[in-house]
Amino acid sequence: MAIIVYAESQNGKFKKSAFEAVSYGRALANESNKNLVVISINADDPNELANYGPDKVLSVKDSSMNDYTAQVYADTISELSKKEGVSILVLSSSADSKYMSPLLAVQLGAGLASNVVSTPISISPLVVKRSCFTNKAFNHTTLKGSINIICVSNNSYGIHEKESRPEVVDVKISKNNPKIKVESLDKATGSVSIADADIVISGGRGLKGPENWHLIEDLASTLGAATACSKPVSDMGWRPHSEHVGQTGKPVASNLYIAIGVSGAIQHLAGINASKVKVVINNDPEAPFFKAADYGIVADAFDVVPKLIEKLKAFKSHQ
Amino acid sequence: MNILVCISNVPDTTSKINFVENDKIFDTNGVQFIINPNDEFGLTRAIWFQQKNQATVTVVTVGEISCEPILRKCLAIGANKAVRIDSKALDGFSVAEQLKSLCEKESFDIIICGRESIDYNGGMVPGMLAQMLEMPFVTNCISMDVNGNEVIAKREIDGGVETLSCSLPIVIGAQKGLVEESDLIIPNMRGIMQARQKPLDVVAPANSFSKSSVDKFEKPPAKGSVKLVDPDNIDELISLLHNEAKVI
Ligand SMILES: Cc1cc2nc3c(=O)[nH]c(=O)nc-3n(C[C@H](O)[C@H](O)[C@H](O)COP(=O)(O)OP(=O)(O)OC[C@H]3O[C@@H](n4cnc5c(N)ncnc54)[C@H](O)[C@@H]3O)c2cc1C
Repeated sequence: MAIIVYAESQNGKFKKSAFEAVSYGRALANESNKNLVVISINADDPNELANYGPDKVLSVKDSSMNDYTAQVYADTISELSKKEGVSILVLSSSADSKYMSPLLAVQLGAGLASNVVSTPISISPLVVKRSCFTNKAFNHTTLKGSINIICVSNNSYGIHEKESRPEVVDVKISKNNPKIKVESLDKATGSVSIADADIVISGGRGLKGPENWHLIEDLASTLGAATACSKPVSDMGWRPHSEHVGQTGKPVASNLYIAIGVSGAIQHLAGINASKVKVVINNDPEAPFFKAADYGIVADAFDVVPKLIEKLKAFKSHQ
Repeated sequence: MNILVCISNVPDTTSKINFVENDKIFDTNGVQFIINPNDEFGLTRAIWFQQKNQATVTVVTVGEISCEPILRKCLAIGANKAVRIDSKALDGFSVAEQLKSLCEKESFDIIICGRESIDYNGGMVPGMLAQMLEMPFVTNCISMDVNGNEVIAKREIDGGVETLSCSLPIVIGAQKGLVEESDLIIPNMRGIMQARQKPLDVVAPANSFSKSSVDKFEKPPAKGSVKLVDPDNIDELISLLHNEAKVI
């Protein structure tokens, strides 16, 4: 029996969340005395995984899998998992992993828990803590399958380096027959996506209009951060929907979340609460965001944000 | 064209989230239930297919009698008929099995679920259902056009959008973007009156079992109070973020 991790990559490079998932898998393998087998699909250098403790790496390189299709990836991962005698399969919580996890659950007849925020409370029976009610609460879920799947929340367990000397095996996959074809992919290049970002800078209605968004963008580029916005800002078309975060938008689980001109409505906070450190800049000391934040500045964003950008640039250049 | 929209009954987004009986059960006291927002975007898209392509729209929920008000609301919004599968929603897997048994009895061209519910946040049901029925599946779906048997759908991915093609039948996980907030239909008096006459069938559940159970809930620990920084002392904020929080 083995703990299996799928280590997600993009354009041949492993994602940060892949290293977190492997670290998590290592902890599970230690606790349950099992081998850790990591699956890599089209990553240029599967040996990079050796920094995080796998006992074995299965490397698939197949040009028919250059486009991500959930069904084909799920077919491949479930086939390899079965061969390795999977007991727990670990995935990250990226959009792609969340997309295929229910397919995998049915194919493997497995129990599934998404948004898992820590190592299991108990291994046998398998009990995990996961977030629910859009980050307003957690639940303890018992997984009752003979195989189970855990999707680890981004930034919840962290990356733990542990060198190992895994056997790296090249594996061929059986021919697949996708039901869905990828016609095109439209990806913003250069900018950081909210899901992958360590830092997210978010703007609300307090910024008055799209013409002022250079404040958010400049601050974001200074910090290498992703940009986000509140729901009304995207509803009014000031910013694209893909930036809308909160209960009905994208979830955010970054290390640092800076909210500027955002009031902190319950639906906004619900989606961003999983972020580790929250900073609010708002000219209204009564804004509810101050109750949820770690650090705050009561000030006009138009005065304070340019100063913050300038100071941060200076700080960065001295590092 | 035959469309099924799967509806989840969830607490209103402003609800206070509390638990009772030793944190084992969600406290529904004073909580108002609504159509899961992602499902409502999907329902609205389905109504457009009804208006333009004469599609028949069936809504279904797996749940107890307390879920019927939101099914009536779906009928008032414009769905043609409603089905309640009379079973507690045990977990994602068992809900998907219940829906599968309905989909095997009737044949649907498009099955729309919300990408995830705002209470359990599992995001499991749509994909499980698709896999059980061996249908193509597009989640985080922000656009879907059907031409004859061919579907062009767009999926929101981390940092971009992907355009996909497949043929009917299909299962999608809906979210905002499939229709806009301003497109949501607020039932009018006529809709509400008509909804009373429309069929709401209660069907017995299929045999199913769950693969997981929720034992207990926990609330996040209370937060310490915010540290306020003087706007004239931005250096202090940078120092706090660097030395104390260690995030920059
Ligand atoms: C079903 C439902 C789902 C929802 N889902 C979401 C969601 O997913 N995400 C979301 O964000 N919202 C959501 N909302 C909306 C939410 O209730 C709030 O309306 C919204 O978050 C408010 O956005 P805001 O903070 O940008 O705007 P406002 O509430 O208008 O706040 C603007 C803030 O800017 C401050 N401000 C003004 N001028 C300045 C200045 N010069 N400098 C600094 N600060 C300034 C003000 O003091 C105020 O606090 C949802 C609502 C419902 C009913």
